[in-house]
Amino acid sequence: MLSNSRFFIRILLIVLSFTAAWIVLTASAAIEGRDRKKLNTDANRGEESATFAEGLAAWEQVYSVLISPRCINCHTATNYPQQGDDRHRHFANVVRGGPDGQGVPGLHCVGCHQEVNADSTGVPGGLNWHLAPLSMRWQDTNDRPLSSAAVCRAVTDRSRNENMDGPALLKHHEEAVLVLWAWNPGRRPDGTMRTVPPLGHAEFVNATRAWVEAGTPCPRGR
Amino acid sequence: MATYQLDVNGQSKKVDVDPGTPLLWVLREELKMTGTKYGCGISACGACTVHVDGIATRSCVVPVSLIGNRKITTIEAIAQDPVGRVVQNAWVEKDVVQCGYCQSGQIMSALALLKATPKPTDQNIEESMGGNLCRCATYVRIREAIKSASQQIR
Repeated sequence: MLSNSRFFIRILLIVLSFTAAWIVLTASAAIEGRDRKKLNTDANRGEESATFAEGLAAWEQVYSVLISPRCINCHTATNYPQQGDDRHRHFANVVRGGPDGQGVPGLHCVGCHQEVNADSTGVPGGLNWHLAPLSMRWQDTNDRPLSSAAVCRAVTDRSRNENMDGPALLKHHEEAVLVLWAWNPGRRPDGTMRTVPPLGHAEFVNATRAWVEAGTPCPRGR
Repeated sequence: MATYQLDVNGQSKKVDVDPGTPLLWVLREELKMTGTKYGCGISACGACTVHVDGIATRSCVVPVSLIGNRKITTIEAIAQDPVGRVVQNAWVEKDVVQCGYCQSGQIMSALALLKATPKPTDQNIEESMGGNLCRCATYVRIREAIKSASQQIR
């Protein structure tokens, strides 16, 4: 009887030992797994943050070009384009015209602006010279440039930007005739050269590519 | 210097000029068509307006080298156009002209407006004619003539 009891106690102790060992090992593995997962998540978050931050930095470079006079003068919120580095209202009572922004019959944009710059008379030109649509206004109605966040929202909103996704925006910045004109704006009527945006075209395209590859992030805020 | 073959009022005209010469001076000096006027020389007054492929164009700022084979229509051919004839008659009817210097450009802009918008509103007239200045301030009669012409256009 006594030997049977000792036998059961031994068996019980052995079972308890294995159970305890199993519990310790399992818990340890779980903790290790959780820690590893946590580390991985932190690493990913760090990577994502870096990409997001790089994308935002690239966007700020893009924005610096978009609000330069060569670009923003035709992205008004008003019924008229602007001209000059001081972004004054276009002379001769030029108006936007219809939604296509090409002017009105007696004052059509292409009635002065030809397909290329006219350096002998100082009139800038490019194929189908026209204003950007009001959906792509980058200024307020007092002719002040919108914030980086607001312009970014406008540029990335496919209901406002002629349904352009990231790659299409990149292509637009790489190839559109009136975008390219900003880096070849010709001479003023007094013979001096017009100023160009703060980045070269290649830098502008590279910044756009970095921003697009980061998922076209936009700054927060108004 | 370069040679250009221009289509002016349906006629082929050959000119030998500097490529940067504004169309206005080719018309006036080379072709002796002085109906188109020089006002400001910077496209601010509209006196030099002609049509290039039907578009009202400020000839003082468009170099001849950029015209290509597009058709140029000047004030001299206004009566050959059915709508142009109506506009011309309306101008006479309303006795629009005072000194007359700006009127070639006024009529060419009015013609462009009426061809694109046969029944223009006051706003259409104001915006479309806004680039044509008149030192005699005949604006009220210009508007009346455009409205009169509009009523006669079918």
